[in-house]
Amino acid sequence: MSGRELSLAAEAAPKIDALGQFELHGALGAIGRSVNFTNSNLMMILASALLLATMYYGAKPQAIIPGRLQALAEMAYSGIMDMAVGAIGPEGKKYFPFVFTLFFFVFLGNVLGLLPYSFTYTSHIAVTGGLAVMVIVIVTLVALRIHGLKFFGYFFPEGAPKLLAPLIIPVEVISYLSRPVSLSIRLFANMVAGHVMFEVFGSFILILAGAGVVTGAFGILPLALTVILQGFELLVAALQAYVFAVLTCIYLHDAVHLH
Amino acid sequence: MDPQTAVAVAHESVLAYKALGAGIAVIALAGVGLGMGSIFSAMVTTVGRNPSARDVVFPIGILGFALTEAVALFALLIAFLILFT
Repeated sequence: MSGRELSLAAEAAPKIDALGQFELHGALGAIGRSVNFTNSNLMMILASALLLATMYYGAKPQAIIPGRLQALAEMAYSGIMDMAVGAIGPEGKKYFPFVFTLFFFVFLGNVLGLLPYSFTYTSHIAVTGGLAVMVIVIVTLVALRIHGLKFFGYFFPEGAPKLLAPLIIPVEVISYLSRPVSLSIRLFANMVAGHVMFEVFGSFILILAGAGVVTGAFGILPLALTVILQGFELLVAALQAYVFAVLTCIYLHDAVHLH
Repeated sequence: MDPQTAVAVAHESVLAYKALGAGIAVIALAGVGLGMGSIFSAMVTTVGRNPSARDVVFPIGILGFALTEAVALFALLIAFLILFT
């Protein structure tokens, strides 16, 4: 076949637009578009409002035997408190608000994206990068505040022979600076991969249906796969939020105790 | 072929090379699969020997799973970068 026939054939085959779903659009109509208020911002406000409402109305009854909402708020509180104190030690109580907010911002971002027609704001490297940079800056500032200039001794473990210092110190510094990179990319890539898979399997159903009724009946297979994938993505949403928060606690432990 | 056709063919083949590059990038997932299996095999062995250790070992195992999956997604990210930019 000539090149022209080949490219025409490629045009005729259905293309799956996997990454178009991550584009930002103006939300809230014309006012939103004029100030660049995007669907990402709308979901962030929604997640924050949901968290604030849950914690406020959960803490309001103050019953000894909690009702469902109060039990939910108490479980959230004690779960994150156990994680923070377990990872950081008794001083972990000071960092609890930060870890709590971080965990639930990421968790609600991941989970709200699973609803149809919504947007996962944690699927943008800008958002996860911003969160990761905030974590590393706060952790470094905490370490500098508690230990002063002895913080730079963190990069040279005590037992190591002094001759290896020119080798060890750059490696340690690079691995310290790679923390925000891995933190942000882990969350961002997990979310992007999940939603791209949704798009691809959903497109399979449509492509099969478009090719005829008989092949359309086989569309039940990608549909079942998408349902299972939805469950898996719920697990990944919770897990990635937990990993982000736990790693923040581990970095805080390093900052507070200097190894 | 003359240089002009060669340049035209090279331009057309960029997509093919991109697909090839993306395919090679995900070979790294073999190592990740090995690592994941290793984590859960250690977890199952531990719980098998000492069932009461389950609550201690499980969070660490899940953390290890998530961190290993992160490496898999680094490879996937490179594949996406190659394919789509």
